[in-house]
Amino acid sequence: MLNRIFWVCLLAGLIAGVLVAVVQGFTTTPLIIAAESYEGAPAEIAPHDHASAEAAATPHHHGADAVAEVGHSHDPEAWMPADGLERTLSTALSTIVTAIGFALILVAAMTVAGETITPRTATAWAVGGFLATGLAPALGLPPELPGASAAAVEARQIWWFGTVLATGFGLYLVARAPSLVSRAIGAALLVGPHVIGAPHPPVMESPVPAELAAQFASASLVVSAVLWLSIGAAVGMLWHRGEPRLAAA
Amino acid sequence: MTTQTVSTAAPARAEALKAALCALVVGAALVFTTGFAMPDVLHNAAHDTRHALSFPCH
Repeated sequence: MLNRIFWVCLLAGLIAGVLVAVVQGFTTTPLIIAAESYEGAPAEIAPHDHASAEAAATPHHHGADAVAEVGHSHDPEAWMPADGLERTLSTALSTIVTAIGFALILVAAMTVAGETITPRTATAWAVGGFLATGLAPALGLPPELPGASAAAVEARQIWWFGTVLATGFGLYLVARAPSLVSRAIGAALLVGPHVIGAPHPPVMESPVPAELAAQFASASLVVSAVLWLSIGAAVGMLWHRGEPRLAAA
Repeated sequence: MTTQTVSTAAPARAEALKAALCALVVGAALVFTTGFAMPDVLHNAAHDTRHALSFPCH
């Protein structure tokens, strides 16, 4: 069982990851590179102006963090893939590893739920994966380009993770729970993260042109959808291919 | 008849759950490494993927 899960997910992740790496190369990556040319532009200094009356009245820790985040607090000495082939390969590898990870989580969730894995069910669950990790978090934290202002990365990661978990469980309860009460709990889990609200900087400001950011937000959602759908289809088909052999054994 | 079905299905279910748990742990570890891990080298290598899949990046 475990062997079968790992082989199917490894192959499915590889197929979906390579496909999406190509899609990224034409959609999101050029926008990220374009946005990087604006990083360090004057607008990132502007948030200092907001340490004004409002900020003084209610201490905005996020504000200070946001400025630091925009300014890239990373170690400039650390290894970084060189632009061109190295960067493309590095991104492709990261996407493939993420796809394998998503595939493993998808199969694990379906197995725990006692779901039979077929191309159809795996694709349906993958749609859930996209809703949980792509669409729902995007409502609070739009996919962002380098240089965009944002709250502290840790706070955003916590909200992102919480939203993904809540949306995943919520979708399952709404779709599968037998009682009305548990379906209502599911609905509350879907809405909850957005009622709490994602962490945002006190003022949204970015040196990156709004058109570029808007284009990136939609491109990113499409990339995420393509990734999940291809993972679902590949997992379903590869799992299905193993069925006759297992039945014969 | 019913007893027989239960006695063969239960170990299979237990094995499936164990395998699912392993898959979940490994899958989550992989996604954490590419999407969340803080070390600069990992961040830089996965940078474009993090942005493209809307993981909070920096």
